[in-house]
Amino acid sequence: MLESYLPILVFLAIALGVGVIALLLNFLVAPRNPDPEKLSPYESGFEAFEDARLRFDVRYYLVAILFIVFDLEIAFFFPWAVVLDELGATGFVAMAIFLGILVVGFIYEWKKGALEWE
Amino acid sequence: MDLPVWIADYALPVAWITVQIVALVAPLMLAVAYLTVVERKLIGYMQLRVGPNRVGPRGWLQPIADGLKLLLKESIFPTQANKGVYIVAPLLSIGPALLAWAVIPFGPTYQTPFGEVTPVIAEVDVSLLFLLAVTSFGIYGVIMAGWAANSKYAIIGSMRAGAQMISYEIAMGFALIGVIMAANTLNIGEIVVAQSGGFWHWYFLPLLPLFVVFFISGVAETNRLPFDVSEGESEIVAGFHVEYAGMTFALFFLAEYANMILVSILTALLFLGGWHPPLPVAPFTWIPGPVWLLLKTALFLFFFLWFRATFPRFRYDQIMRLGWKVFIPVTLVWITVIGVANLTPLRAVFH
Repeated sequence: MLESYLPILVFLAIALGVGVIALLLNFLVAPRNPDPEKLSPYESGFEAFEDARLRFDVRYYLVAILFIVFDLEIAFFFPWAVVLDELGATGFVAMAIFLGILVVGFIYEWKKGALEWE
Repeated sequence: MDLPVWIADYALPVAWITVQIVALVAPLMLAVAYLTVVERKLIGYMQLRVGPNRVGPRGWLQPIADGLKLLLKESIFPTQANKGVYIVAPLLSIGPALLAWAVIPFGPTYQTPFGEVTPVIAEVDVSLLFLLAVTSFGIYGVIMAGWAANSKYAIIGSMRAGAQMISYEIAMGFALIGVIMAANTLNIGEIVVAQSGGFWHWYFLPLLPLFVVFFISGVAETNRLPFDVSEGESEIVAGFHVEYAGMTFALFFLAEYANMILVSILTALLFLGGWHPPLPVAPFTWIPGPVWLLLKTALFLFFFLWFRATFPRFRYDQIMRLGWKVFIPVTLVWITVIGVANLTPLRAVFH
């Protein structure tokens, strides 16, 4: 059972290895001429001003919060969908109630304007 | 003479697995390289240009030249950047983009004199769940790249890309649930087997809304046009990888194209019957299954390029509206439809 995951472990090492080797090769053969102008943040030729880590729109944060709710919902749906045929009507009704509650929440956030970006 | 136990039990299997993985990754890298040249040529012809035609015969050595150039270019480390995070970000991008290929089956289980052979690296029963988990990792690369570079364009680009990728991941996840409800398995190989037969058995017909949502979400997930506000050349230059150069940039580039091919092959596997020929009769069945799979993958890759040549870039509010207010309701409705139909004689349509 668990040995079917061994190839994934090996693959993980190789996938990261490809990246690491490419970077190492780059450091070996590429020139390195650092220069204060070259190493300053790119801002279309202007002098970089202020810190780049400015305050950002709260809606990005809101999307991330909503994502957690919905992604959890998807995680609950996966095992249910696999055994749906064995669960029959009971399983469907149970999930319909669960989905119904989430849809109410979804409608609420829609009406509240949490999904507006204009 | 007996081999030491550890060699027979560990070293040999790992060596064999390594050979298999290299046999997958090397052609994949070649496919990525040639996808870039096909993209440039195709879009060139769509815009009545010729595209690259100088390096090698008809420009076919162009990707080799591009790769060498990127290898020989200086990788820049901005003074204000957080060096550690800055260097890890491209690795976190390319790693998941390659790792996801571990569970992609390329053909049916073949009966050989050595037993059953399935052309897949890791035969995992929950391969779809694994895929969802691994592909969501790619977002860390994008966010970390934008934050670590400490450049305004980079941070704006990574914020946009992050919000966009997680939004479309929800729609994608719901579309997958529809597929699982129809196939009752998380194993991609078994999902393809569940679609055995001619094209009328494939899931793109009964799950048509989910098929459309899945593929378009895939385009948005990979930040390709018309969803590429995270890179938006005309406003934020190159988005989250604006400060990257040389090989560090090349890794993001490789990851993006590997993900494009991944989305295409996944759509072919889950909705277009994978390696099954469109009609189960003589001239079609002569072509081996893996060839059909690659042909279908090529079709979706063509769509990727066609979209890029055809559609102007969406505004950000349009992207978020499409994801949250169109795709998520559509998938929720269709999941309910499948669930209800499952309890009626109509269930045969979805199985």
